[in-house]
Amino acid sequence: MTRRMQWIYAWLLLTPAMVMLFAFTHFPAITTIVNSFFSTPRGRRPARFVGLRNYEELIADPTFWKVLVNNLWYATATIPASIGISLLMAIWVNDKLKGRSLVRMSFFAPTVLPLIAVANIWLFFYTPGFGLIDQIRMGIFGLPENSWLGQQETVLICMMVVTIWKEAGFFMIFYLAALQAIPPSYKEAADIEGASRWVFFWKITWPLLMPTTLFVSINAIINSFRLVDHIFTMTGGGPDNASSLLLFYIYEVAFKFWQTSYAATLTVVMLAILSIIAIGQFFFMDRRVHYR
Amino acid sequence: MKSIFKSLGLAASAAALSLGTAISAHAVDLQFYFPVAVGGKAATTIEELTAEYSAAHPDVNIDAVYAGSYQDTVSKALTAARGGNPPQLSVILSVDMFTLIDEDVIVAFDDIANTEEDKKWLSSFYPAFMENSQTGGKTYGIPFQRSTPVLYWNKEAFKAADLDPEKAPATWEEMVSMGKKLVKKDASGNVTQWGVRIPSSGFPYWLFQGLTTENDVILANAEGNKTNFDDPKVVEALQYLVDLSAKHGVMAPGIIEWGATPKAFFEGNTAMMWTSTGNLTNVRNNAPFDFGVAMLPANKRRGAPTGGGNFYVFKDSSDEQKKASVDFVKWITAPKQAAKWSMATGYVAPSPAAWETDEMKAYAADFPPALIAREQLKYAVAELATYQNQRITRVLNDALHAAITGKKSPEDALKAAQAEADRILSEYR
Repeated sequence: MTRRMQWIYAWLLLTPAMVMLFAFTHFPAITTIVNSFFSTPRGRRPARFVGLRNYEELIADPTFWKVLVNNLWYATATIPASIGISLLMAIWVNDKLKGRSLVRMSFFAPTVLPLIAVANIWLFFYTPGFGLIDQIRMGIFGLPENSWLGQQETVLICMMVVTIWKEAGFFMIFYLAALQAIPPSYKEAADIEGASRWVFFWKITWPLLMPTTLFVSINAIINSFRLVDHIFTMTGGGPDNASSLLLFYIYEVAFKFWQTSYAATLTVVMLAILSIIAIGQFFFMDRRVHYR
Repeated sequence: MKSIFKSLGLAASAAALSLGTAISAHAVDLQFYFPVAVGGKAATTIEELTAEYSAAHPDVNIDAVYAGSYQDTVSKALTAARGGNPPQLSVILSVDMFTLIDEDVIVAFDDIANTEEDKKWLSSFYPAFMENSQTGGKTYGIPFQRSTPVLYWNKEAFKAADLDPEKAPATWEEMVSMGKKLVKKDASGNVTQWGVRIPSSGFPYWLFQGLTTENDVILANAEGNKTNFDDPKVVEALQYLVDLSAKHGVMAPGIIEWGATPKAFFEGNTAMMWTSTGNLTNVRNNAPFDFGVAMLPANKRRGAPTGGGNFYVFKDSSDEQKKASVDFVKWITAPKQAAKWSMATGYVAPSPAAWETDEMKAYAADFPPALIAREQLKYAVAELATYQNQRITRVLNDALHAAITGKKSPEDALKAAQAEADRILSEYR
């Protein structure tokens, strides 16, 4: 009897979380997959089953491939860069230096600011002619003005810079916490043994930071698919989709073009990509991580 | 005199209508979505106007909901309509008419307002604005928040370049030749002041439509199911736009930001700019120099698109609500209210009668540039509108971007756009 009571108790505790999870995560995911096999309902025409036609359209859609490639470049550039910079910043502000809390705060500031507001400031930095970057280039170096966001070659890089700037401070906090959890006796022992700073970092600090790195890299990957706010404000995906990312394209297809089924199809692709990455990370990287 | 009678007539019909609704025991609730596309006074003015109306009509409760940008507003209205709970009326882009019809969420004004009086009212607006508001012989939108692009020029920069400061370029050639004189370079040969600025970020098709109209070609048919992107005249217009920076060097290269355009004008980064009349009040308040406003320069003819938002009445509401909605739309687009709205924002008052009010006359006498947009309406055409409008304009925008950034020739870009547009629109023919 008490055993059964325990079961009921457990289920009662689980229910609220499960209801939320099913209502807002699993149910939408399943309806998305279902919708991707139907045509878009319009006022005069209801949805009908079309099988794989949405997926055929997806394979034939040059914009889809363009945003997918953009997103892969965006991920490969922003993930290592923001992790590397955040680690450097964390190591720097972990040392004893003057005005440490001020430096820490200024590194963390981008995280606190809303991305939309920040994007407007960056928009001014990039403005050709009288924007900050061009004023420096033209005033000090005598270079001609450059349309940073107006060229297909530079626009995606400009978006990456904003993302890295935004994310590095956030990840720094995690690294800083992890660094402070490393007992100082390790450093003392290494000093006695005569290990160089580099050897100490590579053999001791880095392995001990691995759980944090795993956590941070999962976040960075999710963000590289999720953080698109600044694209709305800064470029709207242009010129000619050169700065459009997968999620931004999904938004456009769903809420600008009102092709909800095709948007569902794109979402399925995104879900698949993210699940594969998540599974890969947990199964393969986990083995190389030492948890204490 | 005529306008006084007209407004009297409107007031009488409004009174009659409100009397009719007052008899039915309960008050009518109306939900009204409005977008704000320009900064400043637009939102407060709308709220003032609805409050004024509610005060005069105690039997109608109007809930005016600020719904974000034009894009947000149409998204919200469509989402609400799909959920079975649409607003009773909304201001939405005039070009979204076909989308709203396709989704089957709006009603034609002819179906709910069909007395002689109403017919007169429907024909009281500028025909240029009605082109985007009617299809298949029915009127689906009532022009309200409407604009058209004009050319602003910096008179001081013209003086400095030995040009007549009172004369804006009237033709394409003049814009290039004047632009060349206006370009200023520093010691190391870098441009510090451009001749002209035609913004191309976001929705380049709108100003591009100015160029195509001037080149005497229309981008889409009135049924909204066929586009004309690969016409040689369209290609020529795009070539001109590309040449402004690539060949003549009078405009900055690359995609030019919309939002930063007035700022570039104020900063002296450009001597001329093309932008919406919706910016008029902004420029008037912020330009640190003497400026002029002119119609867009002509090539084969004068021309410009119209733009902006219309009133739509939604289908899924009671007959009483529809009646009250029409009554409200009549009131707010009546000369006196339209004049107030136009003066607060710079949007073009949609009916000739509004321009005949005393307030508007005094305003125009004090600030003549306000009249330029009205004069240009004679030459204006409907803004590009088709079924699947957002997709079609996106296809054209991408083509324009590809040509402006030099990735494709104007001809190739527009041919590809036409093929894609044909594919999308084939099911509507």
